[in-house]
Amino acid sequence: MDAALPLVFLAIMGVSLVLYVILDGYDLGIGLLLPLASDREKDTMIAAIGPFWDANETWLVLGVGVLLIAFPAAHALVLTSLYIPVTIMLFGLILRGVSFDFRVKAATHQKRMWNRAFAGGSLVAAVAQGWMLGSYITGLAPSAVNVAFSVLIAATMPALYVVLGAGWLLLKTEGELFDKALAWGRRAMPFMGLALFAISISTPLVSRTIAAAWFSLPNFIGLMPIPLATLVAFAAVYWVLQRRNVALAGYAWIVLAGTALICVMAGLGLAYSLYPYIVLDRLTIWEAAAAPSSLKFVFVGVAIVLPFTIAYTIFVYRIFHGKATGLSYGERD
Amino acid sequence: MFDLDATTLARLQFALNISFHILFPAITIGLAWVLLYFRVRFTATRNEAWEYAYYFWVKIFALTFALGVVTGVTMSFQFGTNWPGFIERAGNISGPLLGYEVLTAFFIEATFLAIMLFGKDRVSNRVHLVAAALVAIGTTLSAFWILSLNSWMQTPQGHEIVDGKFYAVDWLAVIFNPSFPYRLAHMTTASLLTAAFLIAGVSAGRMIRRVDGPATALVLKTGVYLAAVLAPLQVLLGDMHGLNTLEHQPAKIAAIEAVWETDRGVPFTLLGWPDEERRATHFAIEIPRGTSLILTHDADGEVRGLDEFSGRHPPVAVLFFSFRIMVGIGLTMIAVSWSAAWALRRGGAPGPRILRALSVMTFAGWVATLAGWITTEVGRQPWIVYDALTVAEVVAPHPAGKVAGTLLAYIVLYAFLLASYILTLRYMGTKPAKSLRMLGSVGKPLAAER
Repeated sequence: MDAALPLVFLAIMGVSLVLYVILDGYDLGIGLLLPLASDREKDTMIAAIGPFWDANETWLVLGVGVLLIAFPAAHALVLTSLYIPVTIMLFGLILRGVSFDFRVKAATHQKRMWNRAFAGGSLVAAVAQGWMLGSYITGLAPSAVNVAFSVLIAATMPALYVVLGAGWLLLKTEGELFDKALAWGRRAMPFMGLALFAISISTPLVSRTIAAAWFSLPNFIGLMPIPLATLVAFAAVYWVLQRRNVALAGYAWIVLAGTALICVMAGLGLAYSLYPYIVLDRLTIWEAAAAPSSLKFVFVGVAIVLPFTIAYTIFVYRIFHGKATGLSYGERD
Repeated sequence: MFDLDATTLARLQFALNISFHILFPAITIGLAWVLLYFRVRFTATRNEAWEYAYYFWVKIFALTFALGVVTGVTMSFQFGTNWPGFIERAGNISGPLLGYEVLTAFFIEATFLAIMLFGKDRVSNRVHLVAAALVAIGTTLSAFWILSLNSWMQTPQGHEIVDGKFYAVDWLAVIFNPSFPYRLAHMTTASLLTAAFLIAGVSAGRMIRRVDGPATALVLKTGVYLAAVLAPLQVLLGDMHGLNTLEHQPAKIAAIEAVWETDRGVPFTLLGWPDEERRATHFAIEIPRGTSLILTHDADGEVRGLDEFSGRHPPVAVLFFSFRIMVGIGLTMIAVSWSAAWALRRGGAPGPRILRALSVMTFAGWVATLAGWITTEVGRQPWIVYDALTVAEVVAPHPAGKVAGTLLAYIVLYAFLLASYILTLRYMGTKPAKSLRMLGSVGKPLAAER
């Protein structure tokens, strides 16, 4: 039991972070797309994420929270190493988060400034998260190759968010904006593909540990479902984005679902690559784990509360299902 | 005077972040309950002015809450970026308490606030009421957990230390540590007072500018009466909190009162200039035997002085002044809220002087809350966990320049956000209110109720 608890918390942390990437990913993606839209479309786009972004961002807090609770040594090591990108990401998230509210409440002439802050904050957060992911995967060791790798992920991570954002807009909007979302998604797909390809190829190149974990038989064959599922999802997303009539015929959800599946597969692949480390080649899950008494105490709470959290999250998503028109609480004048 | 090494800079950075953060929960913890009250009154009376008040203030709540969330996310990272030693050594205690805050509070608040903001045409009034109640409970639960952790750092118990690491032995003792009940009562009351003066102040401002609408008088009355009841209660709670501090952290009290030597019949220094180098208070205006009377409830009682804690007590001047600012505002709050309540009781609206006083006091709760937190947190120095772990032991080994750079960036960003927040509130507060009839949508959810 004591030895299994860290694994349980690792799973909770992984699920939280993947959920964060998917859920806040579409929020950030819409932020990135904002400058491309007309003023009226901007309002609709933000209305489409208004009821959700706050809870979406909370998954990041839970993910980092579990890192702190369950793996205090890793929390300290990772966040101290990533001091600058973390600070930059926080600046982005702060600007993005407050712009949501300021843009509808401040005087009209300031709205443009807050729209810019919203888009700028989203971009900064997305790039910083890519950078952090790149540094984390490469074991927080800043050699030249590793830095180049981090730059590559930082540059392509926004594309993933754009596809997620476009996928969300397909569900929440109609008419001209729907068509625009299709085009935006299509244009971002190659960059997202590049990101996925680069991560899959370079991770084993950068780390011998990861190469050994993947490219040995029979592991290689057993692991094939992960890249295969990713490829199928990628192709399906691309196929729907190419065909407006298919998207309009009720298959638009495939874009978001397929991209979400890609995120889940990436998460699984990463978890497999890193195991048994929590910081690659430096700190194992068990070395970093908190005392069993602390883990047990939190586990009770997690087991009771998390099912409720998921239930009411679904409840609220159902309340706000459908197209985003009318999801406004700003002045209607 | 200040040696700006990396530790001092890390402390300044953390102090800036947590001070800026607390401004917003200080409003939302209290305002959430006020909103629930508006919603309940609307449901009970069907008076649309209550619903108007609710929607006006729910917007301000949302803006305030958003600022609280984004600055709170910053906090969750900064434990690790600035105080890795605290997480490594006390993570077994601080982790679970923070974890329970995320689990039991953050998701509830964020999720159900969406219903309060956007649910108008989508849910029944009953679901809306439940959502408002859950958000209020969520904000208070959040205060419960974070104050439990903060109190444990002030008055730690229920743990053992093995090889420099803290391990929980008795979780109930950890959570309900000696200073926790007092701090929780003091802070939640502070938050309700902050919200009360905010809503009364903004309403008074609307009346002065003659842009008041149908709900303004109701909101003003709510704020004034709430403040009139809570302001005196807060003095009582503060006194109890102080006595608890005297028992567990006597050095903090000695610094607050600038008692340099242990003595009997110690006077209370109303104002003065504490000089730590000369160990004396210049220009002191004193009330004879006052401190002995307050702290021991005996005019001749013995009070322990700073000489007993040489080298291990917090900076005297900071505590001396921040405490007096807090108490001064608290007493002003009683005077203003009682005058306003008296005017309301005698029927009719408060006069222009009282309205002006309320308007000036709009953000008084912020100043008092910050002064109170500075008193208790600076009063914990040099410890991060009282009597067990020092701040200097746990700081991250960043170069000073790196911390100074990010600190500067935070100062610029936060100054911008604070100015935007206050200007936006001012803008919203001075926009002419529409009459209820013009607000076509008010009352609609009732007609649509299933």
